[in-house]
Amino acid sequence: MKQLNYIKLDFPARSANEGFARAAAAAFAAQLDPTMEELGDIRTAVSEAVTNAIVHAYPDTLGDVHMRLRILEGNVLEIVVRDKGRGIPDVARAMEPMYTTGGEERSGMGFTIMGSFMDGLRVRSAVGRGTTVTMSKRISAKVRA
Amino acid sequence: MKVLSSFREGRLTLYLKGELDHHEAAAALRHITRTLDDYLPRDCVIDLGELTFMDSSGIALILKICRLMSETGGRAWVENAAKQPLKVIDASGIDRMIKVVTTKASL
Ligand SMILES: Nc1ncnc2c1ncn2[C@@H]1O[C@H](COP(=O)(O)OP(=O)(O)O)[C@@H](O)[C@H]1O
Ligand SMILES: [Mg+2]
Repeated sequence: MKQLNYIKLDFPARSANEGFARAAAAAFAAQLDPTMEELGDIRTAVSEAVTNAIVHAYPDTLGDVHMRLRILEGNVLEIVVRDKGRGIPDVARAMEPMYTTGGEERSGMGFTIMGSFMDGLRVRSAVGRGTTVTMSKRISAKVRA
Repeated sequence: MKVLSSFREGRLTLYLKGELDHHEAAAALRHITRTLDDYLPRDCVIDLGELTFMDSSGIALILKICRLMSETGGRAWVENAAKQPLKVIDASGIDRMIKVVTTKASL
């Protein structure tokens, strides 16, 4: 699919950047004229993916999180969140609802929410090398007078 | 985010305001745990009326409050959630485990 616009953001895996990542994604997505609900879905999915990179990817170091957003032909927003952290040994298992290796402060619902709020969700991971989460969402066309 | 609370006749209401994510959740939980220890309420209302954003970190926080309440023989439930937090609650399925009261005004 043809790429019409993109942004790239790199930031350290600090939790203070979660809010920034959501806000940046929402500001970029605004050019697709999303509804309030679609914008909420995008903010939520970005928050989940970026939080995972911050919470799970780098247990002992402070690594970087890479985020790329693209606008593709057909009013499609694609979001890629990538880390070079510890990776996920069993991706299918990690994506099951309520599965978490985090403590009580995690719910294990992150991937479930990403999957239900976006149209597409693909997770690729290699142990010791990192994780790439690719999500896409078609933004509804608005009728104009 | 901010957590305000009011206590009346055994019922503690926690008003969560702003955006609730992983960055905010730990401090919110510390504050809420202290408040629950102080009042030992019979009921705890988690009022999300002014919560503008929540992700799955909020789900973990809500479940934790419910667990703390049940440890002292009390109950907790969610009220007034706006669209975005409500959609996260629905997707997580916790509305099957805890009471979620929605009013017309919040929809
Ligand atoms: N970027 C990542 N790097 C390493 N592990 C991850 C990453 N993202 C997710 N995981 C693993 O997948 C599990 C499930 O993720 P998720 O559904 O978001 O739930 P939660 O974050 O609440 O644990 C995590 O507990 C963790 O073990
Ligand atoms: Mg998560």
